[in-house]
Order: sequence, then structure tokens, then C-alpha cells
Amino acid sequence: MSVTKAPPAPEAEVRKPSTRRRLVPYWLLLPGILWLVVFFALPMVYQASTSVQTGSLEQGFEVTWHFRTYWDALADYYPQFVRSLLYAGTATLLCLLLGYPLAYLIAFRAGRWRNLVLVLVVAPFFTSFLIRTLAWKTILADGGAVVDVLDGLHVLDVTAWLGWTENNRVLATPMAVVCGLTYNFLPFMILPLYTSLERIDGRLHEAAGDLYATPATTFRKVTLPLSMPGVVSGTLLTFIPASGDYVNAELLGSTDTKMVGSVIQTQFLRVLDYPTAAALSFILMAVVLIVVTVYIRRSGTEDLV
Amino acid sequence: MPVLRMLRRNLVVIAGLLTLAYMILPNIVVMVFSLNRPVGRFNYAWQEFSLDAWKDPCGVADLCGSLSLSLRIAVWATVGATVLGTMIAFALVRYRFRARGAVNSLIFLPMAMPEVVMAASLLTLFLNMGAQLGFWTVLIAHIMFCLSFVVTAVKARVMSMDPRLEEAARDLYAGPVQTFVRVTLPIAAPGIAAGALLAFALSFDDFIITNFNAGSTVTFPMFVWGSAQRGTPVQINVIGTAMFVLAVALVLVGQLIANRRKSNAGH
Repeated sequence: MSVTKAPPAPEAEVRKPSTRRRLVPYWLLLPGILWLVVFFALPMVYQASTSVQTGSLEQGFEVTWHFRTYWDALADYYPQFVRSLLYAGTATLLCLLLGYPLAYLIAFRAGRWRNLVLVLVVAPFFTSFLIRTLAWKTILADGGAVVDVLDGLHVLDVTAWLGWTENNRVLATPMAVVCGLTYNFLPFMILPLYTSLERIDGRLHEAAGDLYATPATTFRKVTLPLSMPGVVSGTLLTFIPASGDYVNAELLGSTDTKMVGSVIQTQFLRVLDYPTAAALSFILMAVVLIVVTVYIRRSGTEDLV
Repeated sequence: MPVLRMLRRNLVVIAGLLTLAYMILPNIVVMVFSLNRPVGRFNYAWQEFSLDAWKDPCGVADLCGSLSLSLRIAVWATVGATVLGTMIAFALVRYRFRARGAVNSLIFLPMAMPEVVMAASLLTLFLNMGAQLGFWTVLIAHIMFCLSFVVTAVKARVMSMDPRLEEAARDLYAGPVQTFVRVTLPIAAPGIAAGALLAFALSFDDFIITNFNAGSTVTFPMFVWGSAQRGTPVQINVIGTAMFVLAVALVLVGQLIANRRKSNAGH
């Protein structure tokens, strides 16, 4: 499906639309925007308010403009923050490295198998990701086939040296968590990449070949630059949810691999320390928004759709 | 050397297929272990072949109750998000108006937000309102976060539509409503369907936002999460396998219908 913005139809004569017609877009927008304002924007305000409150569930909470909560939260949970960004960044890079060849394959080399491969990429979406993540417990189990192969290839020696595994086991290590994150968000990388690659005119590759470019040069000078919108979309759609994820860390990791999402969940739902939880949530939001904004500016592709 | 050259030429294909295998492997494991009779409470190690779980997929308390609840929430979230999202998409593509930039930002932000942040902020809203956490708070949350994805999918489709088709309809004296129903809506339908499917998948599978805002209500993802701590019944693998097979079948049927429509259009 080719997505191109249709050129505006030339106006036979310029005249002001009637008042009723001018209001049509606002009527179309009103219900959806109201929903987002009330249930997305307004909650952010309440969260900000909660973060500067003090008190407890028994005594009640009141706004005391207690900004120190932010510093306390950062001091207490700095390792979880750094770990979350590191895991999310690593998973995003791996998604790009693993996803790009598959997207390229579907767009240019799959031929009549294209639809089947696309089905296999999309179908996992409709199976519970929790169930599929639990399956990694079996796949990465000690003494399992996968771990034995990795051990035999001495991959685990390298990862142990990097600090990502220990004692030839994979479960309950950073490697398992990153593996789960990469797996879960891979479709969000592949689909934007595929959409972007599909739009490239095959004749551009032929032209590059006619000008004696090697396949590697063609990729570096033609394919990759033209697919950058897909790369940007894919990396954002992967990094953003991964940074706040805690499911993979809980299911495949250990207490040493907890991510900040897990802390936020614990503080809100078990410890019931709402101000700290809200502050952590706000810090995470701020960090991610800053990263996203800087990334979009530097990549030069501000139109994500 | 010929083997090496062949490998080098097909490096992309090999890498792509390895990624595909990596993506499908867990589904295979889920399917295989749905035929397991585990020793103990956890279904992580293969023991003995058995069809017991397939004979009685609802044999675990609350499993199918949580499944039907998730289906109900997903259906209503899909309806709500698709209707609201389609309206927004048409407004954004077809009209020029003030506050367009602000609307675009409001649509983009939920997609630029870690889910746990949205989950936590919604919880603070509901706590302040004194709202009873349960079905309705979950549904509200699901419509909220699915909206942006529907807008994006429908917007892409509407932008690729040829406006001359609608002009032709008007030239033949069709009114605005008739033009919309007979021309615009059918052409936009694939984008709307894609948005709806995406909303359904995202809603049904959501765990983080639901976990924060469901109170004591248990959806299917929450049931699976709980079982990961207490003990994973084989029936969970049965449900997972059924979902995967059903999804593949539905997508393939969709492809066949689309292909048939294309070949018909060619005549």
C-alpha cells in the first residue's frame, strides 16, 4: 500500500466556506479529543499533583509542594532507571539489526511467499505476549538445547565476560531480559521498516547497478537513506514501550535486573506510596520525551506517519 | 568458492529467515507444551505426552471467565476507539482548521509515552475521582490508548485516497451523505479495518495499563501473570495455541479475500 499525500485539488474559485461547513472538523474531533483530554492529559495533571503531596493512606494525602520526593526517588532508584534505559536501548539496537534483514527480505526477496511471511510476522500479535514470554523460560532453561548450543559455541563465555550472563546460565540474567524485550518489540520494528522499504522504487537499485555500484554501496547510498523514516518510526515504537516495560524483567530476570516500571508498579499497588510512585513515573516520562524529541530532531524525519 | 558466493548473495535471506525463526520459536514451544503432562505446578519442562488439557481447556478455575472478560473489553474498546479514531482521522486529513498542530501532538503523545506512565497517571485520576476500579475503568483506559493507533492507521489510508472519485460522485448529483456512504467509506474501509484489528490486538493483550486500573477484576493477561507466580496450568498453552492458529487462519483468509477482489477488479 503506497501512502502519498494527495495534492490539493485546484479551486475553481476562491470563496469562504459556510459557517456550518467550517465547523465540521470540530464536530468530528470533539468526542475523540475530549476522550484524550479527560483520560490522557488530565491524568497527567493529577499525577503531577500526587507527586508533590505528602501523607499516607491512613492519614490521607495533601498537597504540600514537597519537591524533595523527586530527589529521594532518584537517589533510591537510580540503578533501576539506568538499567531500564540500557536494556531498552540494547533491545532497540538488536531489533534494528534483526528486523532490518527480515523487512528487506519481505519487501524485495520474498516473491510469492511475501504474504505468508507477513502473516507469520503479524500473527504473534494476536497470541498473548505473556504466554509467549513464558515460553522463553522453557527455551532458555538450564540444560536446554538452546543454552547447550550457546555454551558449546562459547557464546556464554563472551556474554559472561561482558557481565550479561554468569555460570553458563541464561535465565535470571540481563541477557534473558534483553532477549525477551527484543522478541516482544520486534514486530514494532519490522512493520514500519517494511512499509518504508516497500515504497522504494526497484528501478533505483537497477540504476545504481548500472552505474557500477556494488550491492554494499547500493545499500549504503540508496536503500538505507530511503528507508530512514521506517528506521526512525521503528526505533521509537520499540524504545518507548521497552523503557517502561517490567513484564520481561519480572518473568525472565531476577531481583538484580529489575526495571523502573517494576518499581513504579510496586510503589503504587503494593507499598501504596503514591507520591514516590508518581514522581518516578514523571521522571521516566520526562526522560523518554527528551530522548524522543532529541532523536526526532537529529534524524530530520519529523513526520512520523 | 561457489558455496561461499551463494551464501554471500543470500546473506539477507538467511538473516531474515533466522529472525523469522526467532519470532516463531516461542509459539512453537507454546504449542508443543500444550500437549505436556507436567510434574508439579509449572509447565516448563517436558514430561509426558497428553491430550488432557485439550479435552478440558476450561478445566482451571477462572481461566475462561477471564478470557471472556478480555474479549468483551477488547470488542467494546475496538468499537469505541475505531469510531472516535476514524472521525479524528477524517478531520485531520480532509480539513484545514486552527489547532491542527495541537491535535496532532495530542494524538502522538500517547504513542510516545511508556505504558507504565499512562497506567500510573490514570490510576491517580481514578483515585482522585473515587472511581470504582473494574470493567469500566479498564474499558476507558483501553479506548484511550488504542485511539492514537486507529487514527494513525486510518489517516494513512485516507491520505492515499484519490479525491477525484468523490468529485465525480458530486458531479453526478450525489449528496454529501450519499457520497460518503457509497464512495468514501468503502474506499477507507481497509484502513478502518486495519485500525480496528490493531486496536483489538492491543486491547486484548494489554497487561500493564489493565494491571494498574482493574482493581480486583481479572482479565486474561492478568490471569496469566498471576499463574506465572503460582503455577502455570497447561490449559494456558492450549488457549495460546488456539489464538495463534486462529490468528494465522484469519489473516490468511483476509489475504485470500483481498487477492480475489484484486483479480476481480482486473477484469
